[in-house]
Amino acid sequence: MTTLIILSALGLVTLFSEIIGYKKILLPLTFIGLAAALIAGVMDWNTSKHYLNEMMIVDNYSIAFTVLMIAITIIWFILSPDFFHEPASRVDHFALIIFALIGAQLMTSFGNMIMLFLAIEILSIPMFILAGSNKSSLASNEAALKYFLMGAFATGFLLFGIALLYGETGSFNLQSISIAMSNQSGGASIMVVAGVLLILIGLSFKVSAVPFHFWAPDVYTGSPTVVTAYMSTVVKTAAFAGFFRLFFTCFSVSSAVWINTIWILSALTIIVGNITAVYQVNFKRMLAYSSIAHAGYMLMAILALNNYAQQSILFYGIAYSISSITAFGVLLAVSHTTKNDSITSFNGLAKKNPLLAFITILAMLSLAGIPPMAGFFAKYYIFTAALQQHYYWLVIIAVAGSLTGVYYYFKVIIAMFRTETESAEIPMTFPFKTALLFISIVALVLGLMPQWVAGLL
Amino acid sequence: MLSVLIFFPFVAALATLLAKENAKHVALGAAIIEFALSVWMVMQFNPQGGTQFVVDYWWVPALGISFKVGIDGISMLMVLLTTFLVPVIILSTFSNISARISRLPIFYALVLLMQMALIGVFVALDGFLFYIFWELALIPIYLICLMWGGKDRLRITLKFFIYTLSGSLLMLVGLIYLYLQTPGVHTFDLQAFYKLHLPASEQGYIFWAFFAAFAIKMPVFPFHTWQPDTYTDAPTPGTMLLSGIMLKMGIYGVIRWLLPVVPLGVNEWGTTAIVLSVIGVVYASCIALVQKDFKRLIAYSSIAHVGLIAAGIFSLNIQGLQGGMIQMLSHGINVVGMFYIADILMTRMNTRNLDELGGIRNVAPAFATYFVIILLATVALPLTNGFIGEFLLINGLYQYNAWMAAVAGLTIILGAVYMLVAYKKIALGETNKLTETFNDLTMQEKSVLIPLVVMIFAIGIYPKPLLDIAEPSVKNLLDIIHGTIVK
Repeated sequence: MTTLIILSALGLVTLFSEIIGYKKILLPLTFIGLAAALIAGVMDWNTSKHYLNEMMIVDNYSIAFTVLMIAITIIWFILSPDFFHEPASRVDHFALIIFALIGAQLMTSFGNMIMLFLAIEILSIPMFILAGSNKSSLASNEAALKYFLMGAFATGFLLFGIALLYGETGSFNLQSISIAMSNQSGGASIMVVAGVLLILIGLSFKVSAVPFHFWAPDVYTGSPTVVTAYMSTVVKTAAFAGFFRLFFTCFSVSSAVWINTIWILSALTIIVGNITAVYQVNFKRMLAYSSIAHAGYMLMAILALNNYAQQSILFYGIAYSISSITAFGVLLAVSHTTKNDSITSFNGLAKKNPLLAFITILAMLSLAGIPPMAGFFAKYYIFTAALQQHYYWLVIIAVAGSLTGVYYYFKVIIAMFRTETESAEIPMTFPFKTALLFISIVALVLGLMPQWVAGLL
Repeated sequence: MLSVLIFFPFVAALATLLAKENAKHVALGAAIIEFALSVWMVMQFNPQGGTQFVVDYWWVPALGISFKVGIDGISMLMVLLTTFLVPVIILSTFSNISARISRLPIFYALVLLMQMALIGVFVALDGFLFYIFWELALIPIYLICLMWGGKDRLRITLKFFIYTLSGSLLMLVGLIYLYLQTPGVHTFDLQAFYKLHLPASEQGYIFWAFFAAFAIKMPVFPFHTWQPDTYTDAPTPGTMLLSGIMLKMGIYGVIRWLLPVVPLGVNEWGTTAIVLSVIGVVYASCIALVQKDFKRLIAYSSIAHVGLIAAGIFSLNIQGLQGGMIQMLSHGINVVGMFYIADILMTRMNTRNLDELGGIRNVAPAFATYFVIILLATVALPLTNGFIGEFLLINGLYQYNAWMAAVAGLTIILGAVYMLVAYKKIALGETNKLTETFNDLTMQEKSVLIPLVVMIFAIGIYPKPLLDIAEPSVKNLLDIIHGTIVK
C-alpha cells in the first residue's frame, strides 16, 4: 500500500512540475520516487495485508511482481532519455508512465473484480496515449487508434463476463466467487461458464493471445520504440500477473470448457507467434511476434495453475522482461544511428561495437531459451509445470516452438557477424551502457542461480 | 580438485581476454597446465575404485538439481583426450596465417570456454548438469564457426545449431521424464536414474529421445547431414574441436546416459542402432571415395569411423566397449592430425582439390612422412593406434553378429582405398607448377605434429595402461546393463 501511495504522489508531483516549474530536476526526482516505492515494496515482504474490504490484497505474489515492474521501469527510464527531449510533452510522458505503473501494480494485487477492471483501465489509458506520442508519425497515430479500439472492445468483453459472474454468484469479491462456484452442485452453470469465457477473451486481448493478437504487431511497430519496450515488458508482465492471479484464486475449480479453451489458445499462440516471427525483417515487428509467442508459453502456466506454476510465471516474467528490455535497449542504440528498425541495421555490429554485440547475444540467447541464460530456466520451469499436469502434447508443441524461436533470434546474431557493410559509430552514454550491461549480467546470473528468485514464492 | 579441473579453463579464458597481445601464449600455457593437472589426476586415480574425486553440492535444491561431478575410468580417458588435444589445437593456430584466425583474444577465450564445457560433460553425474554443459559446449563452437568460418558460414552454422539443438531438446524432454519418474523427492541424480527400471515400452521412447541427441552429435546416419558442410566450412581449429572432441560427447553420452539408464530400450532398439551405424559406415566410405575436396573427404571418413565406434558400443560386450574407448582416443588424435595436414595444404596451396595437387613428397619429405604416418594410423595399420581400436571394435561386433562385422569391416578396406588414393594424388607423382612452391614444415608445425605422432605409436604399441584405466568401469557398466536385461 505504501508503494501505491508513493507512486501516486510521484505521479501528481510530475504533473505539477509543469505549473510550478521544477522540470529540470524531474528526472532525478522520478528516480528517487521509484527507488522509494521499490524499497517500500520490499519492506512489505511477508506481511500479507488486506485493504479496503479486500479490494486490494498485498501478498508476496503481488509484491514480487510489483518490485519487478518498478525495477524494470527504473531501467527503462535510464534507457530512454531521448524520449523526454521534446519539451512540449515531456512532463506528460513522465506522468503517464508513472500512472501506467500504478495500474500495473493494481493488476497484481486486486482482490475484487471491480479492482481488476479499474487496474486494467488505469494501465491501458496511459498506454493508448503513449502509443500515439509521436504525433507527426502516421504509424504512431494508427497504433494509438488501433490499440484504443481493441482495448475498449476487450474491456467490454471483460465487463460482460464480470457481470454474468456477479449475476450467478452475487459478489465481486474473488474469494466469495470462488466459494460460490465450488458450492455449485453438478459442475459450473452455464452463466459461470459463459462469464469465465468472456473474461478469458477480454484478458486474451490484453496479453495478445492468438486469435486475439491482431492489434499487437501494428501497435508494437507503430509506437515509438521506447513505448513498445514498456508495453512488451511492464504491461505484458502486469497483464499476465493479473491473469494468473484471477484464475489461481478464483477459477481454480477447473472446468473442461475453459481448460480446453486455454489449451487451444496457448497452442495457437505458440504456433502462430513463432511461425510468423520467422518471416519478419523488421526487428521491432519480430519482437512483437516473439512477444506473442512468449505469451503462449506463459499461458501454459495458467493452464497448470498450481503453486509451482506460480513460481514459474514469476520467473518467466522476470526473465522475459529483462531480456526483452535489453533487446529494445540495443535497438534504441542501433536505430538511433541507422534510423531504421530492420534486422539489417544490426549488420556488422560485432566488429563495430563488440560490447553491444555481446549484450545482444546474451539477450537473444535468453529469449531463445538457451542455457545458461535466465530464459532457459524460465522455459524449463513453465514446461515442467505443464508436464506435472500431464499436458504432454502442449509441451511438445512448445518445444517445437522454442526451436523455431532459435531460428529468428539467431538471425539477429548472424546479422551482427555479417562483414559486408560499414556504418557509423554508435554513441552510447555511460549510464545507458552500464544499465544494459547490468541487466544482461542479471539475466546470466539468474540463469545460473535460478533458485534465488524462484524460491521466493 | 575436480572443480578446479572444470573451472580452471574458465578462469584462463577470462585471463586471455585481459591479456590482449599475449593472448595466445596465455591460452597455451593455461591449456598445458590443465593437461598437467589431468595427468596428475590420472596418477591419483585408482581404476578399481569406481567413481572418484566426487564433488556434490546442491545447485537448485527445489528442483532436485545438484552440481555433482566425479570421474571413473571412462570419464578419465575422455578428460585426458580433451586436455591433451586442446593445447595441440591452440598450438596449431600459431603458425596459421591465412585461416583468418586473427590473433584475437576472444578466439582463445572461446576455445578455453569450450574446454570447460567439454570436461563438464565428461564428468557430470547429474542429468541436468550434463544437459547444461552439453549446451554450453555448443555456444562457443557456434561462435567460432560464425566468426571465422568460410564463405557460406551464416547458413551452415545456423543449420548446425538448429540441428544439434533439436536433438538436445529431445534429450532434455527425456531427462525431465526420467526426473518425474524418480521416487520420493524428484532428482536428476544419475544413480537414481540407474535404479528406475521403467517398463520396456517407456524405455523405448526414452531411448529414441536420447539417441536422437547423441546420434546427431556423433553423427550417425541418417542424422549426419549437417556434418560435412560444417566440418568443411568451419575454421580448422573449429573443425578439430568438433571432430576431435565434441563428437565424443555423443559417444560418451551413449555409454554413460543411454545404455545403463534404459537397458531394455537398448535391448529392443540396439539392433536398429547398429544397422544405422553400419549403413553410415558404408555410405560415408563410398561418398569419401569420390570426394575431390580433401577436407570434405576427412569429414566423411570421420562419419565412417564414428559409425564403427557406435556399432561396437551397441554390441554390448567388453571388446566392443573397450574398443570404442580406445578408438575414441585414437580417432581424436588422428582426425586432428588429418585436419592439420589439410590446413597446411590449404594455407600453402590455397586449394584442397586433390586433382590440382601432386608430387609434394619430392619437395617436402618431412611433410610427406608425417602425413603418411597419420594416414596409416587412420586406416588402422598394425602398430598404430587405429589398429587396436578397430580390431577390438570389429571383434566385439563379430560376437554380436558376424554379418554386421563383415559389412562394417569394409570400412578398413574402403578407408585404405580412399585415404591412399588421396595420398597418391597429393604427395606422389610429378610436381606441377603449384606444388613446386610448397615449403616443407616449419618448426612450429612440427611441434604440433610430433605429439600427435608420438601418441599414435604409443597407443599402437602399448595400449594397456589406457585400457586398464577404463576396464573396471566398463565391466561395471556391462554388469548393470546385463543385470537388468536378464531380469
